Amino acid sequence: MEFVLSLGIGIMTGSGVWLILRPRTYQVIIGLSLLSYAVNLFIFGVGGVKSNAAPLLEDGVPISTMTDPVPHALVLTAIVIGFATTALFLVVLLAARGLTGTDHVDGREQPK
Amino acid sequence: MSGWQNHLIIAPILIPLVAGALLLFFDERERVLKAMISVVSCLALAAVAFSLFRSAATDGFDGVYLLGNWPAPFGIVLVVDRLSALMLVLASILAIPTLVYALARWHTAGAHFHSLFQFLLMGLNGAFLTGDLFNLFVFFEVMLAASYGLLMHGSGSMRVKAGLHYIAVNLAAALCFLIGVSAIYGSAGTLNMADLALRIGEIEGERRMLLEAGAGILGVVFLIKAGMWPLNFWLPGAYSAATAPVAGIFAIMSKVGIYVILRLSLLVFGQGASAGLGLNVLLYGGMATIAFGTIGVLASQALGRLASYSVLVSSGTLLAVLGLNNGVVTAGALFYMVSSTLTIAAFFLLIELVERGQDAGASVLAVTMEAYGDADEEEEEVEVGVTMPGTIAVLGICFAACGILLSGLPPLSGFVAKFAMLTGMIGTNVAGEGPIPASVWWIVGLLILSGLAALISMTRAGIRTFWASMEGTVPRVLVMEMAPVMLLIALTLALTIQAGPAMRYMEKTVQTLQQPAAYIDAVINARRAGVTEAGGPDGGGGI
Repeated sequence: MEFVLSLGIGIMTGSGVWLILRPRTYQVIIGLSLLSYAVNLFIFGVGGVKSNAAPLLEDGVPISTMTDPVPHALVLTAIVIGFATTALFLVVLLAARGLTGTDHVDGREQPK
Repeated sequence: MSGWQNHLIIAPILIPLVAGALLLFFDERERVLKAMISVVSCLALAAVAFSLFRSAATDGFDGVYLLGNWPAPFGIVLVVDRLSALMLVLASILAIPTLVYALARWHTAGAHFHSLFQFLLMGLNGAFLTGDLFNLFVFFEVMLAASYGLLMHGSGSMRVKAGLHYIAVNLAAALCFLIGVSAIYGSAGTLNMADLALRIGEIEGERRMLLEAGAGILGVVFLIKAGMWPLNFWLPGAYSAATAPVAGIFAIMSKVGIYVILRLSLLVFGQGASAGLGLNVLLYGGMATIAFGTIGVLASQALGRLASYSVLVSSGTLLAVLGLNNGVVTAGALFYMVSSTLTIAAFFLLIELVERGQDAGASVLAVTMEAYGDADEEEEEVEVGVTMPGTIAVLGICFAACGILLSGLPPLSGFVAKFAMLTGMIGTNVAGEGPIPASVWWIVGLLILSGLAALISMTRAGIRTFWASMEGTVPRVLVMEMAPVMLLIALTLALTIQAGPAMRYMEKTVQTLQQPAAYIDAVINARRAGVTEAGGPDGGGGI
């Protein structure tokens, strides 16, 4: 399971990095979204990958069956903040498209 | 410190939060009311910051605030020590002049200026106060989200384009921040800075590698914010496109990165097996930044870009000097940070007033100048207040003062700051043995060269603006716009006169930073309110 998870994070990060280096604003925002998914999974992963374990400590139950609750809390915050800032970026993207008339990140097409 | 006084620690976050939220309830047409709320909030903030500063300056001060009354490594803490109190005071001092300047006309250029301004202050203060890495992320994001809005305040394609780059860079940086923080959590199992400093000695092998990698990624984020070369190409565009009051308050935003680097490098990586992690990056990166900034200062024709590159020179100086990791020099660097922040803010505010006076011919010439971004300021605002008499004389004197401060010439505080750093590096009372290393000579050379470059550029710009423009009309400048600039310059003058006490405070600050045991002890053993003994049976299931 660790292998699948790390492969997923790696592929998403790679695609995301490639996309944010592209010249179109839409590609950049998709790249940022992919990167944020990868980062969210990464945060999830640092607590140790366990399946079928609750983040609850109970009397008499060994600690190995418990999953670390802190990354869950962190990832929740990260999702909310990432979502909000991506939405904000989307608005700026539209404003830039309207003002400059092109979706190039520099506001003008590159000379051919 | 007990009772209500302890609650003052959270006030620098709550005051702007409440004020900013309250401002959202009022329509944009109620300008006077909105301005009043904003000003009152900034004044209250300054009062609280000064009160905390006075407490922090006394010895044996324990300024730890447990949010929700949870014990330290488990809950979130806010910590006031000498360094964070200094930064709080600097931020609140900067907020008042920039706000007053904005009230003259800029605050009407777009919606929600005051709310965004307050939220920016909240993020700044939170970043200075927090004792927890993840909370640092949250406050960074609050600060950045507000800064996105402020950067694009006043609109125009120039600002939106600069804002697009700025947001993209900062979103990528925020993702790196999360990777760094979670790698540190994965290896150390804690996010509390004091707890991390305690545990770092016990982490070995692969986990230490993960921890150091996480810290390195985290460092990259703060270096992007501080503007270290080659992570700083976004900065000149963003800062020179912003409106004057916004650029003024942004002068402290690049110092947030430096604050966090200083805090973490001395608290967590000050001693032990990972001691001195990344110091060389700071040293050589800082030197490269000074060189890049100096070339930029010499090359820039528009004043806004000159000021932006001065931000880079200031950041580079601080980073290089922090990379030396020498207590005396670091104290000088703190003094330099205060002085250069005030200077750059004053300069950004002044630029807009000076450029207002340039005639049509000058702006046609300026079109050929790279990225001249004032094309969208033609709309005439209804003038409020009294027009300034003797405008050109006052503007000229302020411009000269900024030039003297930026180049570090006597008699103003820029000189004192550079002198303090240089004495620490090559002076007679240098502690240590053997000859001075080559890197120090390089920094000394770069510092002096950057001062010379600033002097040349400022002289050139001054001649072009004040002497060469014979047919230029006298700019209409209001007292309300001139007073903040003069206040900021007067503050640097006060800093020069009070250089002795100020330097003693900085030296004491660096001493406390170099001995993090007291900080760690204060955080870990912070007493909970209403609990007689830490971890006692009446704690209600704490530990």
